Amino acid sequence: MGFLDYAPAPESRSIVHLRQSYGLFIDGEFVDGQGPSFTTISPATEEPLAEIATADDADVDRAVAAARKAYDRVWSRMSGSDRGKYLFRIARLVQERARELAVAESLNNGKPIKESRDVDVPLVAAWFFYYAGWADKLDHAGLGPDPRPLGVAGQIIPWNFPLLMLAWKIAPALASGNTVVLKPAETTPLTALLFAEILQQADLPPGVVNIVTGAGATGQALVRHPDVDKIAFTGSTAVGREIAKATAGTRKRLTLELGGKAANIVFDDAPIDQAIEGIVNGIFSNQGHVCCAGSRLLVQENVHDDVVERLKQRLTTLRLGDPLDKNTDIGAINSAEQLARIRELTAAGEAEGATPWSPPCVLPDAGFWFAPTIFTGVQTSSRIAREEIFGPVLSILTFRTPQEAIAKANNTPYGLSAGIWSDKGSRVLAVADGLRAGVVWTNTFNRFDPASPFGGYKESGYGREGGRQGLAAYLAPSGGM
Amino acid sequence: MSTQSEPLLASGIAHRPGHATDGGALELLDGPLTDRTLRRYLEGIPGVDAVGLEQRAAGLGTRSIKTSSKALALDRVIRLIDLTTLEGADTPGKVRSLVAKAITPDPSDPTCPRLAAVCVYGDLAEVAVEALGTFHAPVARAAGQQGIAVAAVATAFPSGRASLAVKLADVEYAVAAGADEIDMVIDRGAFLSGRYLQVFDEIRAVKEACRRPNGEDAHLKVILEVGELVTYDNARRASWLAVLAGADFIKTSTGKVASNATLPMTLLMLEVVRDWYRLTGEKVGVKPAGGIRTSKDAIKNLVTVAETAGEEWLQPSLFRIGASSLLNDVLLQRQKARTGHYSGADYVTID
Amino acid sequence: MTRLAVPKTYKLYIGGKFPRSESGRTYEVADTSGAFLANAAQASRKDARDAVVAARAAVKGWSGSTAYNRGQVLYRIAELLEGRRAQFADELVRSEGLSERRAAAVVDTAIDRWVWFAGWADKVAQVLGNGNPVAGPYFNLSVPEPTGVVAVIAPQAGEGHSLTGFVSAVAPALVTGNTVVVVASRTAPLSAISLSEVLATSDVPGGVVNVLTGDPAEIAPWLASHADVNALDLVGAGALDWVQLQMDAAETLKRVLQPEDGDGAPVPTLARISAFTETKTVWHTKGLL
Repeated sequence: MGFLDYAPAPESRSIVHLRQSYGLFIDGEFVDGQGPSFTTISPATEEPLAEIATADDADVDRAVAAARKAYDRVWSRMSGSDRGKYLFRIARLVQERARELAVAESLNNGKPIKESRDVDVPLVAAWFFYYAGWADKLDHAGLGPDPRPLGVAGQIIPWNFPLLMLAWKIAPALASGNTVVLKPAETTPLTALLFAEILQQADLPPGVVNIVTGAGATGQALVRHPDVDKIAFTGSTAVGREIAKATAGTRKRLTLELGGKAANIVFDDAPIDQAIEGIVNGIFSNQGHVCCAGSRLLVQENVHDDVVERLKQRLTTLRLGDPLDKNTDIGAINSAEQLARIRELTAAGEAEGATPWSPPCVLPDAGFWFAPTIFTGVQTSSRIAREEIFGPVLSILTFRTPQEAIAKANNTPYGLSAGIWSDKGSRVLAVADGLRAGVVWTNTFNRFDPASPFGGYKESGYGREGGRQGLAAYLAPSGGM
Repeated sequence: MSTQSEPLLASGIAHRPGHATDGGALELLDGPLTDRTLRRYLEGIPGVDAVGLEQRAAGLGTRSIKTSSKALALDRVIRLIDLTTLEGADTPGKVRSLVAKAITPDPSDPTCPRLAAVCVYGDLAEVAVEALGTFHAPVARAAGQQGIAVAAVATAFPSGRASLAVKLADVEYAVAAGADEIDMVIDRGAFLSGRYLQVFDEIRAVKEACRRPNGEDAHLKVILEVGELVTYDNARRASWLAVLAGADFIKTSTGKVASNATLPMTLLMLEVVRDWYRLTGEKVGVKPAGGIRTSKDAIKNLVTVAETAGEEWLQPSLFRIGASSLLNDVLLQRQKARTGHYSGADYVTID
Repeated sequence: MTRLAVPKTYKLYIGGKFPRSESGRTYEVADTSGAFLANAAQASRKDARDAVVAARAAVKGWSGSTAYNRGQVLYRIAELLEGRRAQFADELVRSEGLSERRAAAVVDTAIDRWVWFAGWADKVAQVLGNGNPVAGPYFNLSVPEPTGVVAVIAPQAGEGHSLTGFVSAVAPALVTGNTVVVVASRTAPLSAISLSEVLATSDVPGGVVNVLTGDPAEIAPWLASHADVNALDLVGAGALDWVQLQMDAAETLKRVLQPEDGDGAPVPTLARISAFTETKTVWHTKGLL
């Protein structure tokens, strides 16, 4: 055995105690759902993990009513400092149960434990800490004195960062005095339900946060509910578009974090080894299930071959497999449906004449898997250069001049994020100015922080999460909206 | 230099003939060898982003090496150690003790591998050679065994502040005393003031001084003293400079300044030798020295080597760890693996 | 003997030029008593399309100018209006039926709003942007940037709507570097066209403001559904089927401001400026080594 065949180093599953079935979390209690229950699985093995309730329209109505009651009677009347203390409590409880949450996240989502352990869960705690401190300082949120919360927030989150997206949604909503009905993604409900237990441990007043599980219909019921004042959605542009239509003509405020097709621009003076790491991190972390993933690599033509060669060498050291193994770099694709979409688009890429390459890589028999793949010879007109693949697939294109790099980077209906790699400060800043994207990482990629606003231009959505801007998204000036 | 087919020399260090004089590597410079061409080349190398480098190193540091992999790693670490004593108070007795430890690291376990080398000041090289006896690498090799090399620091170690004549005399003395490897220091003052050619020429001169009358060479490790070069950009340029000048190994540090072999520095130097191999097919070794005190740190280094330059670098001819206290921590870990319980300081020897 | 007046032909304002509608259509503009005032161009969907093209072409230059420069250019509009107060007051008297005193007050308000918004140009980023203390070795800065091309349905009713309302809807979008396609008051388009003449002789680059006259109900749906329009201000669309316009806008995820309650001019606020900005956050590594 060679040294590089690291022996299995699995994180223990025993730290997570899953119930056989989970109900809806409404008004501080787990209750049965009226819809048909469904089984949630581990995408790495397809093994069943638990039975999950489906909230029908009446369940959603109950959850909204509970949130409204909690808003009117408790949460909107509570002092900011007390709201903040609840959020601090939640942050601490997340830290205390960090390992358990990380394991549950990797089990249900398929992401490597090193990511759930080192990225997702620490950021979840950080998000609650950050917004906890805002709760009694809303006068400084930039909306003038004494801004008002909006009321009941309906929040719908995706499956790629289940618990982190929950934190992005719930923390600012509660800090600013709103109450919440949150719908986790159909395929990844478990950590939200564990989070409900944390809320019970934190003694959060009943109804302040309600969690309704289910599929698209549950989300639609929430979006259309007349007593919801705010919708915050993270997910696909297609669904975001439907939500924007459904809320048209209402006074519902809307925050949409949608798809992306980020350009990661590598100039010929880039710190090359760090750029390679950034490319890998940009598209292969979390199996590429990242809305801001650097899925379009734009390389200056004179270093294209060198970058591709280095990238290939680096990819051979990636380890794909058991998400709970601490040495796994690439975990499982979250669902059969997503795997089918990745396969369809990569097949289209090949059909359009681009050249795929993957490192030697044994895919497990059970579960949903896709080898990390890079495409060279991609043209701007290729589907794999236009459409969001949401998988571990990188499309490599070239450019000749900074102007061309900016033009190609912006040539997409999306505008969520971008990356720039160069040693030349003045050019970096000028290129950053020219990019139509909400987050620009220069000489780094896929960094997140609760103090840093995140969100898109164009069809990547609107509104920001994180920072003061993320707080303001849940507030209205005291003079009216 | 060693292409893979070339036999390893006695010390286990692959020997690179003075290719630079042949002009092969200097084709990279695109011009005659002058301060100006060297500067243009070295300063034209893309910069290093410190944050990204350190993050990559930290990421490599999170690899979880368990069970059979850990056992393999611990033995590998022992085989890669240059057991080192470099004190003003070093005596023949201290060196003999060090040598005994290198031969028999763990008296309670005959399966424990031997170390790669002992590293001493030049004036004590002869003592080390004598003490090693049949275990000395050239002798052992003649008998078909893997031996232990004697490495001597030279060139007015650690500061390097002496005339070239004195530095070369220092090297010649150690080589004559039987040192198999010379760990030289570069002139950091010359490097920091931009006199790259002077550093280059000095390395070349030392390499010449490493020749024995019989035509063999002591192998040359070039210490960059990255703690005094401070920046990653400097360390990268110095690495390239040393490799261009014909270093068999590039080594991080003397162990005598505040900052020694950090994992990001080792990673950076491994990236240079990997890139050199891509360019020329020649393999140059890397030696982090100073500051690696625990098995955990040593294993992080192994991971970094294997995932950067490749697993073939994990052999004494291409990777060494300069250390003193590291060995006992590795031995304690081995004992724990063997017995199933934690061991204690009284169950390993002091040297 | 009285001199025979020379009446003005009121045309569209697109890309810095004053074309007639490509459709050749005009409609009669009357005063409040119903008497004929002028023929105004009745813009078609193709005029709207041309206006969007002109607005898009102007985005790069306008958003790329310095904030200081934009502030000066917008202030220059106020200066020019000040010199033509009588003309604008007269048009308000004729088209909105205001008393001379009220008309003069409306013009003053409109001028003062240009001054107020002009002053914001080089302060918005300081007030809405921030340095973010992220937990890591990064420089991290958030700044507001213009959304792009903004389509505006200008206020259609209320005292001074045709001038102050128009200015209050258009100016905040311009402050950060957006360009605008604006549908003027249908019943009282004269002030908007006269203002266009001021813009054309000011330092505002052609295409930054494009003014369409005609029937908002006809033009608005084409702007709401136009994929190259980034945002839609429905401030004056209260009498239209604005819910459908918002749904059309959702197709390309446009930023939308809904109609405001009440007639006349929207209140000048920072919120109207920020509504058509995008927060861009730039990270950069910080490393001493």
